[in-house]
Amino acid sequence: MNRIERHTFAVLVDNEAGVLARVVGLFSGRGYNIESLTVAEVDAEAHTSRITIVTSGTLEVLEQIRAQLGRLVPVQRVVDWTIDKPSIEREMALVKVTGTGEKRVEALRMAEAFRARPVDTTHTSFVFEITGAPAKIESFIDLMRPLGLVEVSRTGVVAISRGPDPM
Amino acid sequence: MDKDHAAPTQAVEMTGAEMIIRALKDHGVSHIFGYPGGAVLPVYDALFASNDLVHVLVRHEQGATHAAEGYARSTGKPGVALVTSGPGATNAVTGLTDALMDSIPLVVITGQVATHLIGNDAFQEADTVGITRPCTKHNWLVKDIKDLPRIMHEAFQIATTGRPGPVVVDIPKDIQFKKGMYVSPTEVAHRTYRPRTEPDAAAIEKAVAMMAAAQRPIFYTGGGIINAGPAASEALRELVALTGFPVTSTLMGLGAYPASGKAWLGMLGMHGTYEANNAMHDCDLMICLGARFDDRVTGRVDGFSPGSRKIHLDIDASQINKNVRVDLPIVADARKAIEAMVRLWKAKKCKPDAAALQAWWSRIDEWRARDCLAYRQVNGLIKPQYAIDRLYALTRDRDVYVTTEVGQHQMWAAQRFKFEQPNRWMTSGGLGTMGYGLPAAVGVQMAHPSSLVIDIAGEGSVQMTMQEMSTAVQYNLPIKIFILNNRYLGMVRQWQQLLHGGRYSHSYSESLPDFVKLAEAFGCVGLRASKPSELDARIQEMIDVRRPVLFDCLVDEKENCYPMIPSGAAHNEMILCDAEEESTQVSDAGKMLV
Repeated sequence: MNRIERHTFAVLVDNEAGVLARVVGLFSGRGYNIESLTVAEVDAEAHTSRITIVTSGTLEVLEQIRAQLGRLVPVQRVVDWTIDKPSIEREMALVKVTGTGEKRVEALRMAEAFRARPVDTTHTSFVFEITGAPAKIESFIDLMRPLGLVEVSRTGVVAISRGPDPM
Repeated sequence: MDKDHAAPTQAVEMTGAEMIIRALKDHGVSHIFGYPGGAVLPVYDALFASNDLVHVLVRHEQGATHAAEGYARSTGKPGVALVTSGPGATNAVTGLTDALMDSIPLVVITGQVATHLIGNDAFQEADTVGITRPCTKHNWLVKDIKDLPRIMHEAFQIATTGRPGPVVVDIPKDIQFKKGMYVSPTEVAHRTYRPRTEPDAAAIEKAVAMMAAAQRPIFYTGGGIINAGPAASEALRELVALTGFPVTSTLMGLGAYPASGKAWLGMLGMHGTYEANNAMHDCDLMICLGARFDDRVTGRVDGFSPGSRKIHLDIDASQINKNVRVDLPIVADARKAIEAMVRLWKAKKCKPDAAALQAWWSRIDEWRARDCLAYRQVNGLIKPQYAIDRLYALTRDRDVYVTTEVGQHQMWAAQRFKFEQPNRWMTSGGLGTMGYGLPAAVGVQMAHPSSLVIDIAGEGSVQMTMQEMSTAVQYNLPIKIFILNNRYLGMVRQWQQLLHGGRYSHSYSESLPDFVKLAEAFGCVGLRASKPSELDARIQEMIDVRRPVLFDCLVDEKENCYPMIPSGAAHNEMILCDAEEESTQVSDAGKMLV
């Protein structure tokens, strides 16, 4: 019962001033973790934004997180992708690798295997764009480490349900 | 309310400041508590031109929020406060947090520097929405005059519906001057906010079945019943009469069930009665109605009522399973849910298990016989318990409202003052705000000018907001500040005695004002009692004088408040008054708790 689990929540909110601060303040104020967070407007006409949060805690804490999010006035819906319905999670990362010679060739070969695309290239560096489940991005970054990894920028997770039905 | 204003209107052009006043009237507001300053002057100007809103000039913005809380708790209507930007807003933060913790509907309007100055560290600028975001149910910064009427109406809707709470509307000075079109409340509704208030029929059915089958049931009631309006208290009384189950209540719920009722066990929790806490511990069915399993109620959570099934009715879904796992949650308005239970109990012609219930009451009567609120009289000294008992005896037949500060006096008042009706007891429960009671009494007295309003106070707490005596004098509010003066921060001293080896670090007042002279300086009446023999006559004098009174009641300095569940203990591990001399064992884990 006290096992720590990692869950991904989608929070549909009215896109009004301060709404992100409310969500983030709720997490910090109540001592919940945020492992990643993404936010963008998804319906300009309805002024609706979608926040995706990866968080961790015991099942009791995760149940509280969902309920506390639901209590915020601008929050329209909360979905816990980890338990509510099957979903797909994706994340994008930009990964900068420097090096020359054998290491550089190896980095490019690995990138191809991971379907990571070089989006900036110099004689001594690559910036790869990679998209996938967080675990895939983790392993790509791990592989790049000995090959001259210098910098990583990640978007955090976005998620959506499988099948024809919306959230 | 002005009839012309109440009617649905076509959009009318007016300034932002006029819109604020108009919206207040449209929402039935008759009293506001406030303090002017640079950033709200246009609103004060509009107020000057309006003669059907009573403005109460407080002496500190904290006082405005507590007065608005007292007004709200005693009337069931939202309390309204009006303060300026910067320090005006930051001073209101304690009252906002207090109202959030105790679910009190407040609409607080704060002035803000002009929109073009926001972010410039302008004079008296503070990030009010940032500061008040965690201590309000919702808040707004109005950046466009077009949004102002809608936001004002949403503010009232959100403060008063669902689980009530405080809201802040922060309005820059240029917006107050700007002209725009006002629309009436009937023409706007929040886009998405729809609190759920109807109980799930299946859950009610299940609850009634569990109640009918219970052997050792108990109703554990809370402030949610008070907040759901007097009809919720009526429904509770009917449910108790139908079932014959015992009732206990949190600090916040006192008065929902009458203290003179047969089924009443007294308050539960840290300073609750022996019978209430033991019944909670040993029950087989706990029916929690509008309470939230606060740590002051549960004691050690893993020792909390281990053998019971639990029903939890709350309007706020986030309270379900927060501190204690429950078997049957019901998310609904307390009145609607309790009325549904009553209807179903009657329709199904349910009967409680009479034999089991009788055996249960016999056990409860054994706990009652312990007489846990007894205390030892000492010759020549006023015991604080005795003072409360006499205050109650001499006021019980009157139309009385009681507020309190926070500490020992508050617990003694909760234990000993008997409330027969809801909305008669105003105390800071969740936040535990010293200084709450005096300004709250101002708000209560404004709402109930001919009633007897008493703030049961401590000499420590009352000094935190003492300046509001001046407000009471200005508005001829005959509030009675009944100070149980033991020269100590009594609850701090008690904990230092029980948990910190009697090292009374900074809990004794080396110097106190002469409260009688202070009363005179404020222009009100000062009274003092130091012997039991003079207490009744002085209390009578306090009641009879139609002016504000500071009553300095000098009580036994070392009295402790019992019974008590020590920190980190369970309900069946209470300390009683006559066990005081025995050493109190508080676990190291318990010492960590507040």
